[in-house]
Amino acid sequence: MSTVFALAAGLCAVTGSFFFAIAALGVLRLPDTLTRMHAATKAGTLGAGLLLAATAFTFASLEITIRVMAIIGFLLLTAPIAAHLIGRVAWRLIDEKNTN
Amino acid sequence: MSGSWSDMVLAVCVSIAAFVVAASIVCVLLRVLIGPSRADRVVALDLLAICIVGLVACLAMIDDVPALLDVALAVSVLGFLATVGFARYLERADEPSAARTLDSTATDREA
Repeated sequence: MSTVFALAAGLCAVTGSFFFAIAALGVLRLPDTLTRMHAATKAGTLGAGLLLAATAFTFASLEITIRVMAIIGFLLLTAPIAAHLIGRVAWRLIDEKNTN
Repeated sequence: MSGSWSDMVLAVCVSIAAFVVAASIVCVLLRVLIGPSRADRVVALDLLAICIVGLVACLAMIDDVPALLDVALAVSVLGFLATVGFARYLERADEPSAARTLDSTATDREA
């Protein structure tokens, strides 16, 4: 059973870091503010969730799992709110540049 | 402890993951440096906080310290609050008077 947990943790860790690499590449290479925000929010949240799930698989205890689920839930709650706020600011900056 | 080879595989995978997350932090910091507008820098700082959460999770696995998950929770809360604060600041920064509300600037722009 611990073998299965260790292999699942390794798979989750590598996949999560892969999504972090995608998010960083998108933030670095995409041409626009809104497209960069698209890359940062979704891929970054998925990568953090997978790495935290890998931590839960590694320790394989109940209280660590509950704590990890709380952190993942907090990330899933706050990431869209932060993205909405930044997107509104970016849209206003673009709008003012176009009208002036 | 059964399956020591799987623990070795896990250690290698977590080390690779920590290295990749650190490299992506470097890329995000480059965007913070060269970002043309202020909104780009705020986006990059938001992703930077989430990257630090992932790196702290990797460190909790490498060092076998589960208390580092509390650090991850605190960093995610701080990152969210910092993003909200930066967004509010950027919304207020371009207004001519700080006492004006958003509705009055909207009607000023229409007029």
